[in-house]
Amino acid sequence: MPDSRHCLQDAIQLNMTERRIKIHVPALTRVEGEGALHLEVRNDTIEQLQLSIFEPPRYFEKFLEGRAYSEILDIVARICGICPIAYQMSAAQAIESAFGSEINPWAQDMRRVFYCGEWLQSHALHIHLLALPDFLGFQNAIEMSASYPKEVRRGLQLQGVGNALISLFGARSVHPVGACPGGFYRAPDLPAVQTMIAKLEAARPEAVALLEWVCTLPLPQDDQTFTSVSLQHPREYPLYSGRIVSSNGLDIAAEAFDAHMQENHRPHSTALYAHLDGEPYLVGPLARLNLNLDQLPDAVANTLQQATAGTAVTFPSRNMFHSVVARAVEILLAIDEALRLLRNYHCPATPAVAVTPRAGTGVGASEAPRGLLWHRYDFDDQGLVRSARIVPPTSQNQARIEADLHRSLRTFGLDQSDEALRLRSEMVIRNYDPCISCATHFLDLQIDRRP
Amino acid sequence: MSKPLVAVHKFSSCDGCQLAFLNLGPALLTLTEQVEIRHFLEAGLDDPETAVEIAFVEGSISTDEELARIQRIRAQSKTLISIGACATSGGLQALRNLGDTESDWRQAIYAQPEYIRTLQHATPIKDHVKVDFELWGCPINSQQLVAAIRSLLFGVPPLENDAKLCLECKRQQAVCVMVTKGTPCMGPVTRAGCGALCPRFGRDCYACYGPGENPNTDALAARFSGLGLLPDAIARRFLLINSNAPAYRDAGLKALPSGRYPTQHD
Repeated sequence: MPDSRHCLQDAIQLNMTERRIKIHVPALTRVEGEGALHLEVRNDTIEQLQLSIFEPPRYFEKFLEGRAYSEILDIVARICGICPIAYQMSAAQAIESAFGSEINPWAQDMRRVFYCGEWLQSHALHIHLLALPDFLGFQNAIEMSASYPKEVRRGLQLQGVGNALISLFGARSVHPVGACPGGFYRAPDLPAVQTMIAKLEAARPEAVALLEWVCTLPLPQDDQTFTSVSLQHPREYPLYSGRIVSSNGLDIAAEAFDAHMQENHRPHSTALYAHLDGEPYLVGPLARLNLNLDQLPDAVANTLQQATAGTAVTFPSRNMFHSVVARAVEILLAIDEALRLLRNYHCPATPAVAVTPRAGTGVGASEAPRGLLWHRYDFDDQGLVRSARIVPPTSQNQARIEADLHRSLRTFGLDQSDEALRLRSEMVIRNYDPCISCATHFLDLQIDRRP
Repeated sequence: MSKPLVAVHKFSSCDGCQLAFLNLGPALLTLTEQVEIRHFLEAGLDDPETAVEIAFVEGSISTDEELARIQRIRAQSKTLISIGACATSGGLQALRNLGDTESDWRQAIYAQPEYIRTLQHATPIKDHVKVDFELWGCPINSQQLVAAIRSLLFGVPPLENDAKLCLECKRQQAVCVMVTKGTPCMGPVTRAGCGALCPRFGRDCYACYGPGENPNTDALAARFSGLGLLPDAIARRFLLINSNAPAYRDAGLKALPSGRYPTQHD
């Protein structure tokens, strides 16, 4: 717990043969939510390493019980202010699957566009406000903007275009109100869509410039072995739906996910740890790009090839720090996908199909900006929730982050100064774009073992 | 002249109201010319102990640690502003206050509930320290935030807008969803400020901005009943994002024949 905030405890005992380091970062900065890192090193051994998540639990899965299916999208959005659409889209698919409803092709396409807005804003926010200060040697983006005014401004503008795209369908970018089971409450009119297209067209060259620039950043070179997991779709880069695949050959329907995924609970964290068939795994932009390179649209693939030519960046990549490049690739992809679908825009006969509740269970999985987000709901015949289970990306990455820290810090050199070790640890953690607010709210419905 | 110091603190929440800062776009850089942000973890500023002119507080109080931390923040802040539903009324997670269900839920969710230390209730900031101004909304928007900062920079209190959403809805020339479609809209008892987003999108307001002034909840509950909503469904309308706001809590519990929540699976 963060009682001793602000104290970087450097308890170093030095004698001729022994160096003992305790590093405690009581409050991680530039992450979403509240987390801490505790590291103990003796000589060349890491004795203890814990990424603690102390964000208090908010018990979403429990208070979903007894609520109507029509309320779920408004409730689950509140799990995360940064990726509410991911929660709404995974939930909508689970509801529609439980009730046997099929949304119309217009709504299918527009949900993808809506979701592109979230990728665009979330990735732009992460790259510029959270991650870049690490790579360029600043405390924060405000400080960085004095030396990189053009780049920071460009990033904030891209983030703004993402927010505008979300608002087109959802009225506001945080906890948008436009999506419903069956589709959307309202279809945007043509002039609004035309205005949006113009904004996206103006943003596209900026996204290309961003991608070219991040490929030239001084990213640490640190290849490691890990299992990538993401959705995969036969016709497009995965975002809204698909099967769950891994770099180890896993290929399952979303419904089978919990048969392969185990969660357990550790004392230092209010988030649970997920393993796939017993192993830590990676979800998120790097995992997605590694597994779905051949689903990149040609224009994006070509830009990526030109941007990486002559640099150390290649995909698939085993360097976790290439996540920042993967985010820039997905920013360009989100703009191109939104443009492709909006250029064919027409006003539908109805923005939503009628959804009729029935008793049953439904599963939904989509790719949140930070990775796979899985929901399952069990409904009674009135469409009231009997039970809910939500597995967010950060809980899936938590075991991987700790494994990465163990390895990265040894590669970096445990003989580095405490300050350098602390900075490197924070950089490794931030690189996953952990959303700690989300992670705390995913809750496995364990059987209550108490009488 | 030195710039006023500002801090942004987070308690139990989704981080969404802090985005009212981070979503300002290039205006964020303008803001940092007017005030000096000293503490804002998500933005990489880690200085929680410095005395500030304005402290913005997001999130509800739900652990002992948070209880102690809000006292420290109050002591070192000249003006304290709660931002969003969690800080101002307790937020969505305050649903656990209604049934005294926290310990049951903790045991159902965590394999080792003894690892989890949380208070039984999730409560708003004003239950624990003096709050100078409140910004309602789930989430608040950037206009509310900038308007509040600007007012304080001019030495005047931020404008309180607790008029009903219906007024804002009319000004926006939105079509009333309750009159035209019989949709059970919370607008008549909800405060303005969002821009009447939901009715403009053809759907019901779900009261994310909290109660407006003198909300006539009895009349609205009766109207919902007239539209065919059963008591449970009427209760759920009031008991959602601001269930701990007294006007909504009382109306919600009153609608339930048992007077107890949750009504299902307990």
